Amino acid sequence: MSISDGRPAIVFADVWKSFARHAGQMLIRERLMHWIRSQHPERFYALREISLTLEHGESVAVIGHNGAGKSTLLNLTTNLCRPDQGRVEVNGRIAALLDLGAGFHPDLTGAENVKINAAILGLKRQQVREKFDEIVDFAELREFIDEPLRTYSSGMSMRLAFAVAVCVDPDVLIIDEVLGVGDMAFFDKCRKRILEFRNSGKTILCVSHSTATLADLCERAVWLDHGRIVDQGPISRVLAAYKAAMIPRAQPAGVGG
Amino acid sequence: MWRGDYLYLIQNLVIKDFKIRYRNMSLGVLWSVLNPLVMMGVLTFIWTKVFPQPDTQHFPLFVLCGLVPYNFFTVAWLTGTTSIVDNAPLIKRVPLPREVTPISAVLSCCVHLGVQIVLLLSIAILSGMRVNVQWLWLPAVWILNIVFVCGLALMSSAINVFVRDLRYVVESANLVLFWLIPIFYSSDRIAKQYLPIMDVNPVTALVVSLRKILLNGEPPAAMTLLKLTAVSVTFFLAGLIVFRRMKPRFYEHI
Repeated sequence: MSISDGRPAIVFADVWKSFARHAGQMLIRERLMHWIRSQHPERFYALREISLTLEHGESVAVIGHNGAGKSTLLNLTTNLCRPDQGRVEVNGRIAALLDLGAGFHPDLTGAENVKINAAILGLKRQQVREKFDEIVDFAELREFIDEPLRTYSSGMSMRLAFAVAVCVDPDVLIIDEVLGVGDMAFFDKCRKRILEFRNSGKTILCVSHSTATLADLCERAVWLDHGRIVDQGPISRVLAAYKAAMIPRAQPAGVGG
Repeated sequence: MWRGDYLYLIQNLVIKDFKIRYRNMSLGVLWSVLNPLVMMGVLTFIWTKVFPQPDTQHFPLFVLCGLVPYNFFTVAWLTGTTSIVDNAPLIKRVPLPREVTPISAVLSCCVHLGVQIVLLLSIAILSGMRVNVQWLWLPAVWILNIVFVCGLALMSSAINVFVRDLRYVVESANLVLFWLIPIFYSSDRIAKQYLPIMDVNPVTALVVSLRKILLNGEPPAAMTLLKLTAVSVTFFLAGLIVFRRMKPRFYEHI
């Protein structure tokens, strides 16, 4: 599992992923009917024949309109769900900035939340002890750290969550639309931290609706549409093609997807 | 995928639960003591004054030996059952080992339990019982019971993801169990034909063992211990198997 064994950081080999419509909302009567008639609930495909390789040190943006399958792609990468078909391979320790503040509770203090969140993200007792000060300093919340989280502003708790997530020291960093945290100064700090990651040869997989952020952080882009890869390549070219395709779609409603 | 420290994580989740539960109560830990004390008083009043029973020596202690295991079981089973659904954000977003959720839900009820055990032992001493070597059996019977509840919670929490009504089944079952577990009556008075069925219930086994240890100063019966161990371990393993089979589909159904 070390970086040196020459395997790519992330490999998707002909991956298909579908979800049942109305999963978990069926009453017993409907379940029984389905079972007796051996019907299966209708399924829709969130991802179809995805083949993708990310080498170590690559930074890749995933773009596409809402519902194109971006989040499913990230969730398959973090092993939250499994593909119907095909293979997903991840080599190295993974940290996902999509679970910002997982397990945060408003009644606990900042310090208590940091420890629980770090344990959830997979840090061991010793590591939490070592990193605690670094996390608090990164979040710039030293004077509030013993206050309950409910007294924090939303920006402050996101800063704390981001600080924990980047201190896990991953090989693969997954970023899902979380860079809108805090003020400009903090955004800049996060951006620097992510660029440091990139420069130290770590792999980045990033989803954002801010094309400017993506162009800044990533070198390559993968464009998803209805679960399929329509285009991939250097970020500037793919982003330009994506924007061109989005304009007619966006105009009637007046907002971009 | 997730390469953290299981024990450290469970410890953190249990402490979190404890802090959340008690920080919002002005009476704090006192609540854990108040409920069983009130129930003990009511049941003692009914069975010694309203419907006097033939043998009611040390009745408060006798009833408490039933109430503490019953309280723990019902609360832990219910919290365990709803734990996966209650922690949906965690299940949806973090690739944690899923087993951690129901197990830490059950274990977080043990803090509460610890307080009640202290109460139980205090009442035993106040009733004139002496601390003796048989008390060393207490951790063993309790741990076996906790293992049993963990297994049950693994199973029911997984099923509850797909059949959300399960929590109401558990709530009803808990009410019925108040009568089926020998809380306010002695297991000696159960009709013979029902005895083998009663005996298999680990909560009953715990109640019977507690009474032997605390009231009579005797070790638990070998047969009771054997059955308790067998049922607890079986349930734990069965719970793990069911849970493992169902957990890949949690993501889609939660």
